[in-house]
Amino acid sequence: MSRKTLIPIGPYHPLQEEPELFKLYCDGEIVRDIQWVTGYNHRSIEKLSESKTYEQVFFLVERICGICSTSHPFAFANAVEEIAGIEPTDRAKYIRSIIGELERIHSHLLWVGLAGHFLGYNTVFMWAWKYREPVLDLFEMITGNRNSYAMFRVGGVRRDIETDKIVAIRKILTDVKTKTDLLTGAVMDDPVIHSRLKGVGILTKQDVLDYGAVGPTARASGVAIDVRKDDPYAAYPLVDWKVITAQEGDVFAKAEVRLLEMYESISIIEQCLKGLEKEKEGDILVKVNEIPEGIGNGRAEAPRGEVFHFVMSDGSNSPARHKIRAPSYVNIATFKKSCVGQTIADATITLAGVDPCYCCTERMAVVYDVHSGEKIMNARELIDKSIRRSQDIMEELKKSK
Amino acid sequence: MGFKSYCFKKSLWVFHFGGASCNNCDIEILDCLTPRHDLERFGILLVGSIRHADVLLVNGSINHHDRERLIEIYNQAPKPILVVAIGACGCTGGLFAESITFAGPVDKVIPVDAYIPGCPPKPEAIIAGIVKLVNK
Repeated sequence: MSRKTLIPIGPYHPLQEEPELFKLYCDGEIVRDIQWVTGYNHRSIEKLSESKTYEQVFFLVERICGICSTSHPFAFANAVEEIAGIEPTDRAKYIRSIIGELERIHSHLLWVGLAGHFLGYNTVFMWAWKYREPVLDLFEMITGNRNSYAMFRVGGVRRDIETDKIVAIRKILTDVKTKTDLLTGAVMDDPVIHSRLKGVGILTKQDVLDYGAVGPTARASGVAIDVRKDDPYAAYPLVDWKVITAQEGDVFAKAEVRLLEMYESISIIEQCLKGLEKEKEGDILVKVNEIPEGIGNGRAEAPRGEVFHFVMSDGSNSPARHKIRAPSYVNIATFKKSCVGQTIADATITLAGVDPCYCCTERMAVVYDVHSGEKIMNARELIDKSIRRSQDIMEELKKSK
Repeated sequence: MGFKSYCFKKSLWVFHFGGASCNNCDIEILDCLTPRHDLERFGILLVGSIRHADVLLVNGSINHHDRERLIEIYNQAPKPILVVAIGACGCTGGLFAESITFAGPVDKVIPVDAYIPGCPPKPEAIIAGIVKLVNK
């Protein structure tokens, strides 16, 4: 076996915004294996959630992640509404979808900027973040805050979008659309970006299916998976849109999918605004008296993929059990396929390619070996170990009989 | 002019430490440096190493994992250094103060010079906080 060099990236590294640790095992310039360690961001949200009332949990799940701070309340609302058997009004559904799609636009613009930054294109970074500002202004106008919108509640939304605001939203959206055209042109036609991103970090369709990847990561490899189409919620069945896919599976395809998705989002918002004008103003909430006993599954398509919330209710005013699965949790595992065999320089953009979000993901148990400081065991391995141990004990019992 | 104000007279270089945060504050800090607010024109620059920094921005609640690393980073910092706790979580622990993994707000771990509350604070608030701190 040849000698391998260990290159640690993180936990606090200028490349990253969030704390996480990647260990690249390299042979010369080529990455041969990769390990990642998380846990720097763990806040025990599931446990906290059990001590809060249903109305309070919305504020908590919103703060799982600041970038997708609508998708978590969205999935939680879907789960609780499934338990209570409530159907929100059409107006509330339209408002929910508008907020969800605006979030997708700002998140994808943010990713394009960061990807440009990782490639050394700080111009793309600055442009993308400049064009993201009007979207945040829209959020401030509609919800009162630039991030963490606090729009959702069981049975509907907290604030209405009045008719005079719709005009302003349309105006800013047109502006965002022209700026997106400009950005897409700059990214898609740049020869350097082509040569840096094409053929880098390829995930085949089979890899995606094996690892269970979701969101743009899966869609860039030709798997048309999208919760908005597969398990329609809110206003998505009421509007006309299509799932964007690409076939190549490399980082360029991921960028392409994200850029084109922004146009779909803009079109969804425009249709939702039309729908909003037909509905009666102020009809945004269905009154909910109590949440009965039961279990509910809620799904929502976050900018990074499927967010899944499982809520168990015992009839009291707070969840008895709340389980959260964020998209990055499954997408991070694909690094094993996409990074291995790349050069170290390309590993960076491959890591950024799935748009990993660690504050969403931090819900797993990791065990270190104290002696070597190397061996890492995750919850799955622990469970396997535990199963094996039970089997050993059973065999011993059989022998002794 | 005291030694401290002499040190912070010119361009401030900033190191950003994100604890167990929800990313909102991290993004608003980066937002300060992008074209709308553009702090770089005043020489405020985000640097990759704490050894080059004049200001340490800390955001997010601090869990047991982060605590040791925050102390380590503070010890590595060239002194004098200004420490700024950003956001509700950085100032008090916020929503996560009751969490079982919470290891104290930032000021229980390292000395803090300024607090910028908000969830998340707007870029304008962050800029105002830094300006107040420098003029102190």
